[in-house]
Amino acid sequence: MEALFAATLGILTASGVYLLLRARTFPVVMGLILLSYAVNLFLFAMGRLKTGMPAVIGRSAEYADPLPQALVLTAIVIGFAMTAFILVLALRGLGELKTDHVDGKEPR
Amino acid sequence: MALALIIALPFLGVILPLLAERLGRSACATAAAVAPLLGLVLLMQQRAPVFAGEVVLSKYSWLPELGINLSLRLDGLGFLFALLILGIGLLVILYARYYLSKSEPAGRFYAFLLLFMGAMLGVVLSENLLLMLMFWELTSLSSFLLISFWNSRSDARKGARMALAVTGGGGLALLAGILLIGQIAGSFELSQVLASGDAIRAHELYPLALILVLLGIFTKSAQFPFHFWLPHAMAAPTPVSAYLHSATMVKAGVFLLARLYPALAGSEWWFYLVSITGLTTLLVGAGMALFQHDLKGLLAYSTISHLGLITLLFGLDTRLAAVAAVFHIINHATFKASLFMAAGIIDHETGSRDMRRINGMWKYMPHTALLAMVAASAMAGVPLLNGFLSKEMFFTETLNQHLLGSFSWVIPAGATLAGVFSVAYSLRFIHDVFFNGEPVNLPHYPPHEPPRYMKVPVEVLVFLCLLVGIVPAYTVAPLLAVAASATLGGPLPEYSLSIWHGFNLPLLMSVIALIGGILVYTFRQPLFRWYAGLPQLDAKLVFENAVQGVVAAARWCTQLLENGSLQRYLALMLLASLAVVTVALGPLSSLQGPQALGPVDVVTGLSMGMLALSALITVVFHRRRLVALLMLSVVGLLVALAFVRFSAPDLALTQLSVEMVTMVLLMLALFFLPPTTPGESSSLRGLRDFILAGGFGTLVALLVYAVLTRPYETIADYFIANSVPGGGGTNVVNVILVDFRGFDTLGEISVLAIAGMGIYALLGGLQLFQPKQDADGHAWARDRHPLILATLSRLLLPLALLISAFIFLRGHNLPGGGFIAGLITSIALILQYVANGVQWTRSRLALNYHQLAGVGVLVAGVTGLASWIFGYPFLTTTFGHFHIPLVGEIELASAMLFDLGVYLTVIGATLLILANLGKLTQDDPAKEVH
Repeated sequence: MEALFAATLGILTASGVYLLLRARTFPVVMGLILLSYAVNLFLFAMGRLKTGMPAVIGRSAEYADPLPQALVLTAIVIGFAMTAFILVLALRGLGELKTDHVDGKEPR
Repeated sequence: MALALIIALPFLGVILPLLAERLGRSACATAAAVAPLLGLVLLMQQRAPVFAGEVVLSKYSWLPELGINLSLRLDGLGFLFALLILGIGLLVILYARYYLSKSEPAGRFYAFLLLFMGAMLGVVLSENLLLMLMFWELTSLSSFLLISFWNSRSDARKGARMALAVTGGGGLALLAGILLIGQIAGSFELSQVLASGDAIRAHELYPLALILVLLGIFTKSAQFPFHFWLPHAMAAPTPVSAYLHSATMVKAGVFLLARLYPALAGSEWWFYLVSITGLTTLLVGAGMALFQHDLKGLLAYSTISHLGLITLLFGLDTRLAAVAAVFHIINHATFKASLFMAAGIIDHETGSRDMRRINGMWKYMPHTALLAMVAASAMAGVPLLNGFLSKEMFFTETLNQHLLGSFSWVIPAGATLAGVFSVAYSLRFIHDVFFNGEPVNLPHYPPHEPPRYMKVPVEVLVFLCLLVGIVPAYTVAPLLAVAASATLGGPLPEYSLSIWHGFNLPLLMSVIALIGGILVYTFRQPLFRWYAGLPQLDAKLVFENAVQGVVAAARWCTQLLENGSLQRYLALMLLASLAVVTVALGPLSSLQGPQALGPVDVVTGLSMGMLALSALITVVFHRRRLVALLMLSVVGLLVALAFVRFSAPDLALTQLSVEMVTMVLLMLALFFLPPTTPGESSSLRGLRDFILAGGFGTLVALLVYAVLTRPYETIADYFIANSVPGGGGTNVVNVILVDFRGFDTLGEISVLAIAGMGIYALLGGLQLFQPKQDADGHAWARDRHPLILATLSRLLLPLALLISAFIFLRGHNLPGGGFIAGLITSIALILQYVANGVQWTRSRLALNYHQLAGVGVLVAGVTGLASWIFGYPFLTTTFGHFHIPLVGEIELASAMLFDLGVYLTVIGATLLILANLGKLTQDDPAKEVH
């Protein structure tokens, strides 16, 4: 399970990084989203992968680590705010500079 | 306490001259003098213990963990310097009152002067070396302000910049040296550093520490080859030169030589470095002084030469030489300050400083001339003046050393040669300026005596020169004894301050210097012609070129890294983090840890595979943006499923609802953006990105694998154990969010609200091109709001709100809570916008989203503050069980109120973002959605 999870996370990260390096804003935003999925899963996995033991007292004998979960929960919401901000920044850039190239000017 | 006050007074006094500036120059000068006068009184009160040989210490803890303390120290050496700083400072304040013209900002001048004075006092009275260094740098900074006081003049600005660059750079070296010494001695407190001199000298890092400290000292005290900044600092107003370059700024370097003498001196390294630098500086300064036609230039090089003399004495490494050095510090301060002041008077009255034009001043200002001639004689070392005494001691000490073996005679010979030059340039100062015919083409003609009180400071100093020179035993002897013994850190050697020691070798050297000097001056014209034939090396030009070179190199380097391409920055950053993690993973002996692997079931395996596959498809189709977006949403949903699978229901719920909001947002944005991405990456760039992405993915996979196969210790047991008894909730994740780590959450919802506001600001006034058709040329559907969707969404709204209320209420005990409930409410409201349009929704939903987000943060914050009222720390929660009729037993926690704040912020921020973005799609510019 751990190996499979690690490989999946690797592919997710690689996809995110590749899109992050594109020249247009929209793929970059998509790359950022993919990368934040990967980062969230990564942080979450630091509490190890547990099956059927949510951190609700009294529901199971053992509990999954609630601390990374709490961190990741806020990270998801903040990640949304960041994505929205970058996206609107890209739109503003398009409005002001008339191009969606990340450098703010069409390549020569 | 008194020591701290002596240092603090000038800093506090900075405000006085600024306030008094409007009342005229006299009032301004009086206001400026208040702080140093009080300081002098306080210093004198400490006289008794200092002259009894005690060390007055006062210590306040500051950052004891780092060895930084506000500890101060007053001993003989500190007393001597504080006396010079305050005494000459007061004279300079009086002098500057008449030197500055009415139109010049006297308040600012005095404020800078006091700032500098405070910094100097800090240097000489610090017990903690790091504290001393702070004041040391402050002297560099404040002297920069003083030298560039006439900031409209380019030479003043350049001179100030050069002084700052050289002394500030030296300060950095000094910092490194002091840190080393502190490491070796185990403390930055002087008492301990001075006591561990043997340990320091025996340490293997001693040469390095010594060189670094000496770099700081030599740059500050203008020793060769760092002397070049001092002549250019003469662009300062003359009171500044009189203060900084006679008694204070440049003396800070030799002060530190004296201060650290017991800790650092007494080794071969010390002797060679200090004495040879001193001797070179002595000769170079004295020689150059003779060839200056600028009055202040002559004094500047003479200052360099005398600083070299003091440095040489410290380097000679006999205890008597150190006494002579301290003595010469006193004497040089008095005669040089008065000479600078006299030069300033001449400059002030004639409008020129060129000695080829200023001649015959004896006729026009006999009083000033007499004072200047006495001071210049002291500089030359004429008997019955103070300069003679220390020069005799200097000559004696050069003869008493045998450090260079069979070449030991070089030092006394060099000293005599410097003496010859010294007499020659002093003679030039006297003869060329006050006699030697008539003035040539002066800007102010005829010159006359300055105002009466402008001469008072000069008179005081010249009187001291005479007094010390004639009756040293009754005047300077006690001060010298106590300062010298503090320098040596032990008993004083035998010495005599009398004027007549009989016919001996030092006297012969003095006589040779006197006769030689007169000869050199007589034959000066051929020497000047020879000097004019030398290639001129303008230090300012060389320095400027060096600065320009550094700037150009920095610009080149910046342009190399920062060429405006985001792709390159990202690639570089990714590469750097790749390298860092690789290096950190390097020492791992094996990738796989001891932990056994969990079994893989079919469903999970398939989902993981799909997750990876859809991520890859997103990349493959990234040019067709809509397709890529759809695949991206698949990834998001599968991530939510992964959270479900691995026991994180809260995360799954959050991920699911965020996913929906994000997709709506991206769809909206895609409406304005081009539907496809052009294929423009070169093959090489494609390869580079592929390798980077592959490398990064591999590294993350390896890292995750390495971590997951190793056991770990969690700190979560505390949270699990205390969740119910401490937080009153069984859902530990939610209790952590609203209770244990409530402060974090408060910060996070603030960020969310700020992001919402930022987006609102970014969208303000934005006009975007709205395509009339999609990528394939189809017009948009004419039916703007499909009937079925509109009807259904209205039906769904109360249901969705009910669910979000349910999720919110149960959040403390079961998966749910403010974040998730807020997102669900947001989605329900966004659905109304999507189905019915912005205007329709706005007219029925009168919510101000700014306020909602703000109120949310406020509610959360006030809930936290409320715990103060009950005497608990910020954000302490409480809970209790209540019985409500019909409903039954219910548990209420104050954390719920906090969660309500979270809920409101999430709704406010989310809708602020989406409603405003959606508004842009309206054909007619609709009113702003608040």
